[in-house]
Amino acid sequence: MSSETQDAAVKPARASLMNDPQVRGLFYQVLLVLVLVFLGWQIVSNTMANLERQNIASGFGFMENTAGFGIIQALVDYSETSSYGQALLVGFFNTLLVAVIGIFLATIIGFVVGIARLSNNWVISKIAYCYIELVRNIPLLLQIFFWYFAVLRAVPGKRDKWSFLFDTFHLNIAGLRGPKPVFEPGSGAIGYAVIAAIIGMVVLSRWARKRQEATGRQFPVFWSSLGLLIGLPMLAYLLTGMPMHFDLPIFNETGPVFSRGFELGTGFNVIPEFLALTLALAIYTASFIAEIVRAGIQAVSHGQTEAASALGIRPGHTLRLVVIPQAMRVIIPPLTSQYLNLTKNSSLAVAIAFPDLVSVGGTVLNQTGQAIEIIGIWMAVYLSLSLLTSSFMNWYNQRMALVER
Amino acid sequence: MANAEVFQVRTVEAPQLPAPVSTSGVIGWMRLNLFSSIGNTILTVVGILIAYSLLAPLIQFALIDAVWVGEDRTACLAQDGGHIGACWAYVGDYLPQFIYGRYPTEEIWRVNVVYALFALLLVPMMIPAVPFKGTNALLLLVVFPIVAYFLLTGLVIGDEEILPIVETAQWGGLLVTLVIAVTGITASLPLGVAFALGRRSKMPIIKFVSVVFIEFWRGVPLITVLFMSSVMLPLFLPEGVTFDKLLRVLVGVTLFSAAYMAEVVRGGLQAIPKGQYEGAMALGLRFWPMMYLIILPQALKLVIPGIVNTFIGLFKDTTLVLIVGMFDLLGQIQSSFSDPTWSTPVQGHTGYLFAALVFWVFCFSMSRYSIFIENKLHTGHKR
Repeated sequence: MSSETQDAAVKPARASLMNDPQVRGLFYQVLLVLVLVFLGWQIVSNTMANLERQNIASGFGFMENTAGFGIIQALVDYSETSSYGQALLVGFFNTLLVAVIGIFLATIIGFVVGIARLSNNWVISKIAYCYIELVRNIPLLLQIFFWYFAVLRAVPGKRDKWSFLFDTFHLNIAGLRGPKPVFEPGSGAIGYAVIAAIIGMVVLSRWARKRQEATGRQFPVFWSSLGLLIGLPMLAYLLTGMPMHFDLPIFNETGPVFSRGFELGTGFNVIPEFLALTLALAIYTASFIAEIVRAGIQAVSHGQTEAASALGIRPGHTLRLVVIPQAMRVIIPPLTSQYLNLTKNSSLAVAIAFPDLVSVGGTVLNQTGQAIEIIGIWMAVYLSLSLLTSSFMNWYNQRMALVER
Repeated sequence: MANAEVFQVRTVEAPQLPAPVSTSGVIGWMRLNLFSSIGNTILTVVGILIAYSLLAPLIQFALIDAVWVGEDRTACLAQDGGHIGACWAYVGDYLPQFIYGRYPTEEIWRVNVVYALFALLLVPMMIPAVPFKGTNALLLLVVFPIVAYFLLTGLVIGDEEILPIVETAQWGGLLVTLVIAVTGITASLPLGVAFALGRRSKMPIIKFVSVVFIEFWRGVPLITVLFMSSVMLPLFLPEGVTFDKLLRVLVGVTLFSAAYMAEVVRGGLQAIPKGQYEGAMALGLRFWPMMYLIILPQALKLVIPGIVNTFIGLFKDTTLVLIVGMFDLLGQIQSSFSDPTWSTPVQGHTGYLFAALVFWVFCFSMSRYSIFIENKLHTGHKR
């Protein structure tokens, strides 16, 4: 170490190489890499040996094999003769469906409860408080069991039903049944009309904002957008000769006992597993979202509300135009993690056998024994969903963030 | 001045009148908070109706119509079409199972000793005014786990069985719930601190490894972690090495909550002003003494509420172990439904109500405690 001795004259504090932070840092990092490589090598070699002993072929070749089990809810084509890969795809879409609908419902309930929690009305605020404290302190799994076993099993049996909303929706042990839209040839125009309406809404709101900024005059954007959204498809529907109708579920009340109940394939059926899971997820996550919303609104200083009322803005407008946009900056980051939690928690579907990714994957795992591949798929899917959601929400958060000089 | 007599000077002070009835007392409060406008009045009425329609059946079921004593299912069956309420007699009969699982009856005192020791050490730890926190923490976090381990699993010295071995397959109910939750949180705290420090480290590889570890575990659901620990972990080990099932679950839960703990601790580390680090370095402290003596005591104290919240989440998540075939409190209750002795239409509802009550009491009191600590820590600089 000749350089070391030369340096010692310049920097007398250097005693040993181990006291140099950079050398020490390098040493620790090399050590860490070595330990990780050793552990990884151990795991891989042990796993290979174990798999060989158990005669399990590793790799994703099994995805082509015939699954041979039925799935009660499939958004893409699936039958018992489909492959394992197709089965996992069905599970993945079911996970997405539960997550999207759950997030939608949870956001609405959460915002309503969060605002109700801050209400001046004592009864409303206490109900919101009780809801939050009750729901978020009970395990989600227990709530799923409650909705599935205690509520949806207590409804009438297959040969009977509860009807509501003017006899259009029916609930029994087989799930929720309602009218199903049937699209006939030529109904594509309705879809185009919906797209045109959405484009029209965007253009309209931009124009209205520009005009308000220029002249100060307001335009009823909400009502005209609503009119566009309902009116255009309606017009397309009438002009193309009504190529769409609703298929109502047919219920046989008389006749031989075994043929009573809903006729197969009539109407639109939502299975009870889906109902229970989505309800439980939405209600559970909403209690957390409500607390986030409350904290966010409370973070907006009271001076903002006072200034708004000094300007003569009505309370409803104050909330919508002054408080919520500022509160959103505080709300969005924790809201993102709640959305992620909901998506991850949808894996509890396995407890009530709703065919989501984990549930279907569990069946495949039991049939093929391909534990590593299946668990790898699960983790990869949830990880990429998490990363996608958080990057989207980060983008949104940046858009909403306060622009400072 | 002729009209001087028109003026009057009051020489006696007028009696003080109470505020008008309409603005004070119960009526004033109601006018202000319940009926201040037409919309508010409608909301109040609707709210009361909702609360009544939810609470009345619950009270009717859980208290008024409930069956409190009975020998078997006949006590909880509806007589001549009457209402059936909760069957608390069934819960009472099953209570030992819900608390201890299938732990041998003659050895249950060991579980009770562990429960008592835990409470004895935890309560003074949680009350800020009690002194000797350091000794207490040492006893709770180091001595107690060792004692509890031997008490619960058994102790064999040589050929002599001092405490008979009890397989973990016989554990169940609240015992498993508490073992998983408490072990998970105690073991994940040091791991979480290590990863939080790693994430803030200036060494790129250590930082990278910490970030990957934290984001990986936070990105996957606990269910897949549990499947991994129960199905995949045995594959990773060399031939002949086997793990206890409970231990495998504990490993998974610990790694999972360590990632969440790391993020909580990182929040605390970020809240410590830079001057504290610089001050410590100016005193000539090295990295670990600086962390141990200056930074961590402040950071950990700041994040006690966050740690308690992580614990609440973990406590609720222990229910998931029933999916990989273990019997925690919920699993034990779920499995008791198959017993024909108490099979009634209300058995499921009663069981779930009981489980909800137990979990709620635990989680709610913990969250109150976390708020209490938060308020205590915020004294002085809370606006």
